[in-house]
Amino acid sequence: MSNLQVSVYRYNPETDSAPYMQEFQVDTQGRDLMVLNVLTMIKDQDSSLAFRRSCREGVCGSDGMNMNGTNGLACITPLSDVAKDNKLVLRPLPGLPVMRDLVVDMGLFYKQYERMQPYLQNDTTAPAIERLQSPEERDKLDGLYECILCACCSTSCPSFWWNPDKFVGPAGLLQAYRFLADSRDNATQARLAELEDPFSLFRCRGIMNCVAVCPKGLNPTRAIGKIREMLLSNAT
Amino acid sequence: MVTNITNLGRSGLSDWLIQRVSAVVLALYALFVVAYLLFHPNLDYATWSGLFAQTWMRIFSLLAFISMAAHAWVGLWTVSTDYLKHTGVRFGFQAVVILAIFVFLVWGVQVLWGA
Repeated sequence: MSNLQVSVYRYNPETDSAPYMQEFQVDTQGRDLMVLNVLTMIKDQDSSLAFRRSCREGVCGSDGMNMNGTNGLACITPLSDVAKDNKLVLRPLPGLPVMRDLVVDMGLFYKQYERMQPYLQNDTTAPAIERLQSPEERDKLDGLYECILCACCSTSCPSFWWNPDKFVGPAGLLQAYRFLADSRDNATQARLAELEDPFSLFRCRGIMNCVAVCPKGLNPTRAIGKIREMLLSNAT
Repeated sequence: MVTNITNLGRSGLSDWLIQRVSAVVLALYALFVVAYLLFHPNLDYATWSGLFAQTWMRIFSLLAFISMAAHAWVGLWTVSTDYLKHTGVRFGFQAVVILAIFVFLVWGVQVLWGA
């Protein structure tokens, strides 16, 4: 059996009144292809299919999508990981507005990321060459800076589905901690103040969907716990 | 900046801390009551009434009731802001929950210190 049955979410707001699932048959010739390869084969059959992709090696974060119910990057997800009984169901990332087919509007996701002010802030006089860090201080950023903003985590989080305008989401909070943990950043108080309300950070209920789907193996739940500890020690 | 006026502590941090501390109190109270019932298999009214006549038990019970009230407010407020999108429906639900919590709390005090 090398014939794969693929069910793809289709929606073109200009011509369709409602989204629908379209069935495709793809001959994989028995190879364990990546899901993105399957998508390009489908695109050969029907060029109207829209999806995002760029680097096709898990670095750019463009092709985040929902494959058989689990979010991930199509380019680094082999069929053997997701396809069941030679069937594959492809849907856009859940919770974000669909622009067309597998392409979602990431506006809300980026807005929450921007709110975390993801850049170094330091109001002391800059040294002549650069702000130095000890190897130990640099080690604290491992597991935080590697995020590629593919949105697989935030769009698998029910708290983000219900309140994407108020809850920052795992991706944004991971970046918030990346700068809170940075020895060169001294905007700590302002950053913590932005997260102290009931929604921005505390809507996280620790169900760890984010950890389960992150294609880079990062742990936003741990970062959120660390921010909570910082907030608590700052306020008690 | 996200603002709120209907959550218990006006701050996510204080709500979170209240939720955690009240959970510990409720767990201790539940364990105590279950253990008490297990160690008194032939419990009669006089023994049960005698337990609640003691000041420490009344303080422990009141602490548990207040913890329950706070825990329920924080928890159900969160549920309402997740699932009830219409402002009128959400505010109505929150008002009913807070009223019920208030009634149960006053009733609990009356049970502990009444008659």
